[in-house]
Amino acid sequence: MTMLLAIAIVGALAVLLAPRRFAWALGMIATAAVLGEAIVLATGDLPLTERQVWIPSIGAQLLWHLDGISLLFVLLTALMSLLGIAASPGMPRLFYAMLLMLEAGCLGVFLAQDLLLFFICFEAVLIPMYFLIGIWGAEQRRYAAFKFFLYTAVGSVSLLVGIMALYLQSGLRTFELPVLLTASLPLGTERLIFWALFLGFAIKIPMFPFHTWLPDAHTQAPTAGSVMLAAVMLKMGTYGFLRISLPLLPKASIDASIVQALGGLSLVAILYGAMVCLAQKDWKRLIAYSSVSHLGFCTLGLFSLNSTGIAGSVIQQLNHGISTGLLFLLAGFAYERRHTRTIAEYGGLGKPMPGFALVFGLAMLSSIGVPLLNGFVGEFTILRGAYLARPWWAAVAVVGIVLSAAYMLALYRYTMLGPITHEENRNLPDLSLREWAIAAPLMAWAVWIGVRPDWYFHLVEGPVEQIMGRLRP
Amino acid sequence: MPFMAVNDFFSILPAAVIALFGCALLLMRFEGGRVYPMFVVVGEVLAGVGLWRQADYVGLVGFQGSILVDRFGIFFNSVCLAAAVMAAIGAYRYLKGKDEDHPEFYALILFAQSGMYLMVSGTELMTVFIGLEITAISFYALTGFLRVEARSNEAALKYLLLGAFSSALLLYGFSVLYGLTGSTRYLTITSMLANRLPNDPLILLAIVPIVLGLLFKVAAAPLHMWAPDAYEGAPTPVTAYLATASKVAAFGLLMRLLLGPLHEFRPSWEAIVGVAAIASLTIGNVAAITQSSARRMLAYSSVGHAGYILLGLVAGNQAGIEAMLVYLLVYTLMTTGAFLVLAAMEREGVDDFRGMLYTHPGAAMLMIVFLVSLAGLPPTAGFMAKYTIFLALIEARQHWYAIVGALYVAVSLYYYFRMVREMTRTPEDGAVGVEMSTGWRAAVGTAAILTLGLGLNPEPVFAWARSALK
Repeated sequence: MTMLLAIAIVGALAVLLAPRRFAWALGMIATAAVLGEAIVLATGDLPLTERQVWIPSIGAQLLWHLDGISLLFVLLTALMSLLGIAASPGMPRLFYAMLLMLEAGCLGVFLAQDLLLFFICFEAVLIPMYFLIGIWGAEQRRYAAFKFFLYTAVGSVSLLVGIMALYLQSGLRTFELPVLLTASLPLGTERLIFWALFLGFAIKIPMFPFHTWLPDAHTQAPTAGSVMLAAVMLKMGTYGFLRISLPLLPKASIDASIVQALGGLSLVAILYGAMVCLAQKDWKRLIAYSSVSHLGFCTLGLFSLNSTGIAGSVIQQLNHGISTGLLFLLAGFAYERRHTRTIAEYGGLGKPMPGFALVFGLAMLSSIGVPLLNGFVGEFTILRGAYLARPWWAAVAVVGIVLSAAYMLALYRYTMLGPITHEENRNLPDLSLREWAIAAPLMAWAVWIGVRPDWYFHLVEGPVEQIMGRLRP
Repeated sequence: MPFMAVNDFFSILPAAVIALFGCALLLMRFEGGRVYPMFVVVGEVLAGVGLWRQADYVGLVGFQGSILVDRFGIFFNSVCLAAAVMAAIGAYRYLKGKDEDHPEFYALILFAQSGMYLMVSGTELMTVFIGLEITAISFYALTGFLRVEARSNEAALKYLLLGAFSSALLLYGFSVLYGLTGSTRYLTITSMLANRLPNDPLILLAIVPIVLGLLFKVAAAPLHMWAPDAYEGAPTPVTAYLATASKVAAFGLLMRLLLGPLHEFRPSWEAIVGVAAIASLTIGNVAAITQSSARRMLAYSSVGHAGYILLGLVAGNQAGIEAMLVYLLVYTLMTTGAFLVLAAMEREGVDDFRGMLYTHPGAAMLMIVFLVSLAGLPPTAGFMAKYTIFLALIEARQHWYAIVGALYVAVSLYYYFRMVREMTRTPEDGAVGVEMSTGWRAAVGTAAILTLGLGLNPEPVFAWARSALK
């Protein structure tokens, strides 16, 4: 597992030092190597643990742990980094180096089993992302990057306070997750720590009242940045809830007031995000708000607090990564051709670009959650979990699915179908071979999960059972 | 009886080496001037060897109890030494550009450092006061070193007047302490004060001026007024030195006094230190937001950092003191680095960073490392330093101090990243030039690598700080 991070970091340095014309190729090689290593790990035995001495003075160590849930996110991160780099040829060396550092940070978050290590990786992704948006973004890049940075950094301060409280209040003086699991804190303390961690994770996800940085950051970021942000970095928040909040603070997590608050916020996010989507004029902004809505499903599944809901949430996080990643990649391809993100500037793209329309159709259907595609599996499982927890949650959440169909189909109609409204669009080239190669793995993955989800459920079964074991009183 | 016994000499060996090299520099005159910083480095290497050898003779006392060789002093002196080396190396190209390339500059840097040695290793009031004055007078001259620039002269004068005031205050405190105990040696003072109550008003009369005088030296609010002006007017390498080594030495002296003879009187000084810490955090971080000069901004931020370091004293436990040492070391690396980047630039406004990432990517990336560390973000050493301070505070059940400190981290992100934000803008015509000598690259590069490396693996610093407190 250390290999994964090492390859990414060495890759970043190599890209910086090598001549510029090799930068793209080197970036591709490094990310492909990470993906290869991740696949090797996936075919091996799970779970895996690696432990090294780090800072004995304060009880922190380099503790990496790979189980089913981590594996899915590691695979997602590795694939998305590769595709992100593949989709942006001819950029400066620093760009690829930042993407590789970002990848290393994300992998670290999904593998770390030591809270301080987790926090450092969680923070380390901020700086590369800041530069990706701030340097290579669209018109308002500096504003968006600054907003993103300040927002998430404030959340991180709160997260740090929570982690320090866990470290001290447990009395164990360790950051090791498995050891901390043995601690038992009074409900009041757990509740306070829960809210401190909540602020950090909720801003990252982002949950409803904290989502305002997301549309700006997503819209302004370059394609690779949007893809990494949507597909991978948003999952760090939900992953944090899953790995830290739920198992370490079981009393607070099953506390009725907290469950109701988080379930309520998730429902608001689902509906609000979807309704805002209906009014968007900007292609990337629409996808960004749809993320708010979809991540609402993920948190709803988590706080259903049953194994169905949690497993569904994990699968849906993966699905969201695949479908939104693909949507952002496609929006990037369209942007490269027309240099605009305004939906009204497109229309009838299906005629000059049938291939593009086909791929976009699949991505859209997967995002809506049509059966036989990945989105359906996740959303259906989450709805079942939510129904088991509180039937009315499921009833409200279903409205979100209907709305998502409404805005996605509307987007498809305005951009792909109908007559060609702008002359510039008449002769747009269809997807190139490279673009097909980028879209193909994601489409294949979407169909695979949609048709045969059993391997994925089998993977997350064990870890979810462990979390449930902590949550049962 | 010989004039000076061997152990006396050995106890001040590093300071003596530095002072002799400084005197030698005064006699030099070379074309080109490249020799001076090299000569300084040779002297510092010898002094460093002296410090390293002293580690085997911990507990050695020189001059009848005036100087004590211990790991605490070695730690502080090493930090000051690092700052002096970096300032000297960084100054070469800067002084050449200003046509003020005189050997006296380097001599003054060394003299200041020998004064710092007495400040942190001295265990007798007169010795530390003389050390403090040697340092201060050297710095007055250094601050006004750019004789033709009005700003430099103004800064020197302000610093001199206010500095003299604070020295007088400190001396008054020392004299009260002497009056109460009849001795100027820390050990005797400690035993003479042993049967006084912790909140004895007479002791308060000594503690208040001493603590205030030293808070002036570390540029903690509300005695920070001189810092922004002096930091802005002084030659930038001097600012780097003044903001770090001088502060470190004053903290060394403060800690030796407050944790030594005055430790039992914590109730008397706790409130002053606590108020100063919060005031420094507030004034430093809030005032930094609106600054348009990068140097003034860093000056205010260094006031804020003094606040963080004082928080370690507020916590007062073993972890807190350890955290102070860690913080001082890290602070020295990152602040010297940041000021030296400014020293290499033609102009030093926050706006002048515009487009630097494109025009001078190397310097810009070094600066980003330092800024990220100053802001206290992982994975840099600045994060580890702040983290240990907060941890100590929470352990000492000073939750409010920890929360206030953590909030100001968020504030500081704003102004540090203003510079980074400027760097990412498209460069304009007449973008600022950056001049880097080979030595500068080596010094600042090393500081940046250490800043990053100690963030990834801070264990060596933690271990060193712990051993320094044994």
